Amino acid sequence: MSGKAVVITSGKGGVGKTTTTANLGVALALEGKSVVLLDADIGLRNLDVVLGLENRIVYDIVNVIDGMVDFRKALIKDKRVEGLYLLPAAQTRDKDAVSPEQMRKLIEDIKAEFDYVLIDCPAGIEQGFLNAIVGADEAVVVVTPEVSSVRDADRVVGLLDKKGEIPIENISMLVNRIRMDMVRKKEMLDVSDIEELLRIKVLGVIPDDESVIVSTNKGEPVVLNGKNHLAQAYRDAAGRILGREIPFEEKHQGFVGTVLRFFGLAE
Amino acid sequence: MFDFRRIFGLDSGSKKTAKERLRLVLIHDRTTISQETLEDMKRDLIAVISKYIDIDVSDLEFRMEAQDEKVALVASIPIAENKEVIKGA
Repeated sequence: MSGKAVVITSGKGGVGKTTTTANLGVALALEGKSVVLLDADIGLRNLDVVLGLENRIVYDIVNVIDGMVDFRKALIKDKRVEGLYLLPAAQTRDKDAVSPEQMRKLIEDIKAEFDYVLIDCPAGIEQGFLNAIVGADEAVVVVTPEVSSVRDADRVVGLLDKKGEIPIENISMLVNRIRMDMVRKKEMLDVSDIEELLRIKVLGVIPDDESVIVSTNKGEPVVLNGKNHLAQAYRDAAGRILGREIPFEEKHQGFVGTVLRFFGLAE
Repeated sequence: MFDFRRIFGLDSGSKKTAKERLRLVLIHDRTTISQETLEDMKRDLIAVISKYIDIDVSDLEFRMEAQDEKVALVASIPIAENKEVIKGA
């Protein structure tokens, strides 16, 4: 079997790459896929704490690349969801501990045995970024509706395409932390604005929601227990990774929606 | 107090500004020509045009500009005043 490697990237830091990786991973595993979440942010390990698996780390990615252990031995199995595994980053090494060629080989090896490898890319466009994208078949660019984030996302899309690593048709964006109240007041860029500016397809739209902070505090990705609109937004994005045609969520339904639409405040 | 202009969407809001600024920034970012190259090109162009007409270099404008979905190189080259401008006539 040959799986698919998807890199979660953004350029700008702090837009939610790690949270996105964790939630998409859980959602894909809940769909019955076997998924390895690979933390490529060497030296700034975080995916483990977001997933609540920080106490179970024995080996990390650098141990695997150095040939100390087989990658299967380094994987941490998530006991909450069948088929979900984490390959943690090294915390005490730096980004030069891994070369692009070693990374490509590792991802090939994992893809031979799993359906999906989701790579959590470090911020920036330096060596760590280059290592994270080298083995990926597809890219998800996480972008928040802010000028700095959109600008950096555009730069990343340009780099992915230019390096010939990931063709533009395999790049999509996940719009994170959108606030519909501000969009309605025309004080925030809407998904269509960002789409028009970046000219790539939209994989998902995640509303700004404080439950993400609560879930990170606990180390439980929202998709795990959530039946709310936030969890649904991640599940929809994961469904689109699987190639399903899923319509984007209706923002307002019922009477409230009718009233808002009457006044031109909702679509 | 309610801001009725805003509630009824009459006020365009800051997103319009964000979008317009981003549009220009992205066009600039996507243009692979560096500022250095742009300056070199500007210098060469001045030299060529000056062979034929006297131009006012101090008021010269030279920039990349967004025109619909394309990037254009826009140059505004004022001809020097009170001079016999056409050199080869």
